[in-house]
Amino acid sequence: MLQIDDIKTYYGNIQALKGISIEIGAGEIICLIGANGAGKSTALMSICGVVPPRTGRIVFEGREIQDLPTNRIVALGIVQVPEGRRIFPYLTVAENLDMGAFLRKDKAAIDQDLDYIYDLFPILAKRRHQAGGTLSGGEQQMLAISRALMARPRLLLLDEPSLGLAPLVVKQIFEIITKINQENNTTIFLVEQNANMALQVAHRGYVMETGRITLTDTAANLLVNEDVKKAYLGI
Amino acid sequence: MTPLIEIRKSVLVSIWFMFLTFPIMVIRVNTVENVVEWRWHNMIAIGAGSFLLSFVWRYMIRRKEQGIRRQREGAGPRLSIFQRIGQERRIFLPALTLLAVAVVVFPFLVSMYQVNIMTTAFMYIMLGLGLNIVVGVAGLLDLGYVAFYAVGAYTYALLNHHFGLNFWVCLPIGAALGAGFGILLGFPVLRLRGDYLAIVTLGFGEIIRLVLENWNEFSFGPSGISNIPRPGLFGVAFSLEAHARYIYFIVVALAVFTIFMVNRLQNSRIGRAWLALREDEIACQAMGVDKTRTKLTAFALGATWAGLAGVIFAAKTTFINPASFTIWESINILCIVVLGGMGSITGVVLGALVLVLLPEYLRAFAEYRILTFGVVLVLMMVFRPGGIVSNVRRTYQFEGPDSGDK
Repeated sequence: MLQIDDIKTYYGNIQALKGISIEIGAGEIICLIGANGAGKSTALMSICGVVPPRTGRIVFEGREIQDLPTNRIVALGIVQVPEGRRIFPYLTVAENLDMGAFLRKDKAAIDQDLDYIYDLFPILAKRRHQAGGTLSGGEQQMLAISRALMARPRLLLLDEPSLGLAPLVVKQIFEIITKINQENNTTIFLVEQNANMALQVAHRGYVMETGRITLTDTAANLLVNEDVKKAYLGI
Repeated sequence: MTPLIEIRKSVLVSIWFMFLTFPIMVIRVNTVENVVEWRWHNMIAIGAGSFLLSFVWRYMIRRKEQGIRRQREGAGPRLSIFQRIGQERRIFLPALTLLAVAVVVFPFLVSMYQVNIMTTAFMYIMLGLGLNIVVGVAGLLDLGYVAFYAVGAYTYALLNHHFGLNFWVCLPIGAALGAGFGILLGFPVLRLRGDYLAIVTLGFGEIIRLVLENWNEFSFGPSGISNIPRPGLFGVAFSLEAHARYIYFIVVALAVFTIFMVNRLQNSRIGRAWLALREDEIACQAMGVDKTRTKLTAFALGATWAGLAGVIFAAKTTFINPASFTIWESINILCIVVLGGMGSITGVVLGALVLVLLPEYLRAFAEYRILTFGVVLVLMMVFRPGGIVSNVRRTYQFEGPDSGDK
């Protein structure tokens, strides 16, 4: 579905990605794990065009997207849940969700999706007229995911969904991620520091170190890999 | 918070103020008789005055904070009277009719002076609503807004001077040129935010003014352009008084048109994109909003109204020169938006009325006029930071635990 082919991304003169290649198949959950500053978020930002790669190719369903502006990439069906949630704090929950469907014009289907979201997260239905900024961290993460779902993504990019959340809430969020993947057949690309959680839900994983992919395998294999265990799982 | 502490604080404030104002209020050098006068009675007045004011000041602040706390504890934010009127259809429609009748009969009841002031006020409503799109809705701080006003005014003045085009032809041209210059300003500032954006727009406003002031062959420099014809009506000859009324009605009509359009814009797709852009640019992009286009339309659509208002300004005063388009004009319009309530149309309309009419009617205070005006502004910002009508777009109502589900 998505092939990333040797992309190199820079922030000014600083090279953040030193040529990485990732392949994501339709219906998969792929996770990208690594330490702070390894370039995980940059990889995600490069896919969705916020920080476009300087060289290399990104092909989405047979189409090169590395030079497209972000809004065009979103229109193709690649939607990200940005790091730190970034919900609109002064818009209500309902308006936040509405913004998620910004590019869609099929009113009836939007309403249907809204019902689906409120089913998935009953707490959001309860808080729908509340300003987004007044929600708790976990609720904000649910809102951020829901907002992205409102765009009907074919590929959902999640950046650190567990950031700053209580372990119990993290568990809940990851259950939802699995559910979204199974129910809607949405392909998911997950960038995560919480390697243990991420590898438990993912099918395959990539390990990143200072701008390079150092290891790739099925998630089950990575979970028992000695190096990964030592470096990221703390076992 | 015993009264004793309060009194001690106020005493300290008054001593501080007596000290601060000592050189200008107490000492006076009489240059005729070469003596120094010590006006101790002034010091007593200042001491007593600042003591009282600081007391009242802190009392008001405390009351305000209690109000906020009460809001947090429940009950939700209190609706302002304007929002309540807006929601009650039974009150809203008659109130609107009454207002419309008042606006229509107004120029026939009062002197020409009053009509002219009101015309100015309505012009500032247009300007305020235009800037409100840029600053209030899209959250892009624009300190050079007056440039578009100047573009409108000079469009009419120059096109009329060189080609004899009349007011009605120039009106849409002025608006279009305003929008064009809005985009022109928009391009270089696309990547800027906050303070940086403010400084660049400030520079842009000054550039336009300086060009008009110095490019004599084009704009006739500081001496400006005079004898700009007033708007005509199929060649009907007007007396001066009738003309003032005529312009008044044109401005009212255009202001109503502005209100209608801006209201539609705010509730449209692009309006939602503006709101989202104000809150979080990255999230906005992640939702597929085209950042470039959204920002440029905000600048263009905001500037359109300034262009329109500029054409009317030229026609109303029949004389324009660059001195009318200084930075203070931009600040004044910005004050209308902030004082009225960012993002709220009712607020901006009221803000324009207050900011144009207040200085006029404060003429009774003579030389203290601007001082009083400043004090009013400071008090407003301290006690109602959201503006006259703070923009609570949605009212939260807690419906109990069960009613939330669908």
